[in-house]
Amino acid sequence: MATEVAIAPEADALAEQIRVAVPEGGYRHDLRAVSIVWRRELIRFRTDRLRAVTALIQPILFLFVLGTGLSSLAGGSMPPGVSFKTFIYPGVLAMSVLFTAIFSAASIVWDREFGFLREILVAPVSRASIVIGKCLGGATIATFQGIVFLILAGFADVPYNPVLIVTLIGELLLLSFTLTAFGVMMAARIKQFQAFMALTQMLVMPLFFLSGALYPLTGLPAWLSVLTRIDPLTYVVGPMRHAVFSHLSIAAPFDQRLAPGITWGGWLVPLWLSIGIVAIMGLGMMAVAIAEFRKTE
Amino acid sequence: MALHTSAGARTVAGLAGSGSGRQPVIAVAGLTKRYGEVEAVRGIDFEVARGETFGFLGPNGAGKTTTIKILCTLANATSGTASVAGHDAARERDAVRRNIGLVFQDTTLDTYLTAEQNLRFHAELYGVPKAAVAPRMRQVMDMVGLWDRKDHLVSTFSGGMQRRLEIARGLLHAPHVLFLDEPTVGLDPQTRSSIWQYINELKGREDITIFLTTHYMDEAENCDRIAIIDHGKIVAIDTPEALKAGIGMDRVQIHTADDPAAIAALAEKFGIEAVTREGAVTFSVAAGEQFVPRLFAEFSVPIRSVSVSRPSLDDVFMSYTGTTIRDAEASGTDAMRQMAARFRGRR
Repeated sequence: MATEVAIAPEADALAEQIRVAVPEGGYRHDLRAVSIVWRRELIRFRTDRLRAVTALIQPILFLFVLGTGLSSLAGGSMPPGVSFKTFIYPGVLAMSVLFTAIFSAASIVWDREFGFLREILVAPVSRASIVIGKCLGGATIATFQGIVFLILAGFADVPYNPVLIVTLIGELLLLSFTLTAFGVMMAARIKQFQAFMALTQMLVMPLFFLSGALYPLTGLPAWLSVLTRIDPLTYVVGPMRHAVFSHLSIAAPFDQRLAPGITWGGWLVPLWLSIGIVAIMGLGMMAVAIAEFRKTE
Repeated sequence: MALHTSAGARTVAGLAGSGSGRQPVIAVAGLTKRYGEVEAVRGIDFEVARGETFGFLGPNGAGKTTTIKILCTLANATSGTASVAGHDAARERDAVRRNIGLVFQDTTLDTYLTAEQNLRFHAELYGVPKAAVAPRMRQVMDMVGLWDRKDHLVSTFSGGMQRRLEIARGLLHAPHVLFLDEPTVGLDPQTRSSIWQYINELKGREDITIFLTTHYMDEAENCDRIAIIDHGKIVAIDTPEALKAGIGMDRVQIHTADDPAAIAALAEKFGIEAVTREGAVTFSVAAGEQFVPRLFAEFSVPIRSVSVSRPSLDDVFMSYTGTTIRDAEASGTDAMRQMAARFRGRR
């Protein structure tokens, strides 16, 4: 059946013949759909400045209030010239994207019932392109959020080294992508807004506390040691802390104790594997989300 | 009904009638849909011809929205088949999607974007060729009288304007079928009739088939044909006129000098059973206007006044379902919907 439609020629002047043909799909069309969903996410973020500001409050509290407050306790174990704030900065930086990334997926739950998502679900575009666009969109806005927090690095005595900043932004982008994919995967299953918020709230804090964001991964009791290795956030906080510490001049013993890297039963997990784990988790969860979206009621 | 674009609708009806073996635009056979224990649609069959305005009339929860969801590829039927614009709604989803426009009950517009931005996104989603986008956008926005508001944020639009913009957006990619799910729900009567004016006008300009659902009787009058759906089944399907004529009886009320005598005379002379209602002798006859002259000629009791009334769609609905159309209790989703509306209003 032809998909080309001509508007009735006998209609009045404004209905002069405009031929509108809706083409059959294809990867270019799907790429366009990815871009639409992504751009819309950015526009939404731009119009919601309040959200951007409130998302910064929590990491700022952690860094400046908790960080400063605990310095006197933790100061003894810090090398000269390095404060506790510097130590927790990478972890809090990760936290600055945590909420924004996961909650960017919350709009799916809202949209499914009332908004844009319903319009796009009846459009001739693949479900995969919708999910991919959403994951990239959430990753982008969360990374923006992280970059704003990155500007405050100087207050935690983290140097503004270009290589360090680019490394951190790269890691933030990866983290944001994986977290958004996690949120989208959850949102694909959960149809109630309140349930989604409750469940993600419940998961976010354990993710953060078990990631080693606030303490080194050495000398932990066995149970906590195991839990930290299960937490995916650990595999981003580790490399981020490594990046920061490699741009500080610290004596080796301190570096060993504070940023020891992640170990599995004594085996040091290489950086590439750590990053790879996070990337694969992100892609895996996105695949699950796509499969969920392909289901029809 | 006054709003009916008589000329347009007639040609369309003629076209549908002459249908010389032409494929129907929508064909549904043996369609059922079960959600767990609940059977939302319980075996329905119907066809919609090209150019028709076809209405699904029924109370909330009768299965109207479920049927639309299946036709629009958003839900799978439990059994039975549905084809839209020549494509199977379950197996050729993308082909169906390219050929339909859809206006949902709740707005799916992005309220923080301008009217034009909303339409541009839509054009991109459907891959409308770049050269066609601008003229077509102007055309559909003119059609709903919103061209001069194209640069305004949708959040500044009234409910009626948003609905009109959604109709324009649904038409942007020149679909063969436009689905309208309760197009006027939640709008005031004046806005409702203006929406219908736009819908009827667009029928004259576009080669389009319209499938709509409603639980407003007066709106069903705008359709070329309607299906009355109740508890997941189609109980009647025909033109509004034929459905009303199908009841067969007009209601006649007469005021007389002596009601008991009149009732007795009606029974004796015409074999009609009459009762006193609202202070008048009331009875039902086929072709009421033709009965009145006979009444005057043959009746012995003096008659002061006569009124004849046609059955309404309410009577039709009542006669097929045994109830009047009723609104379901506000469900959880309804409550959330109201919340969403308030939320949008604030922004």
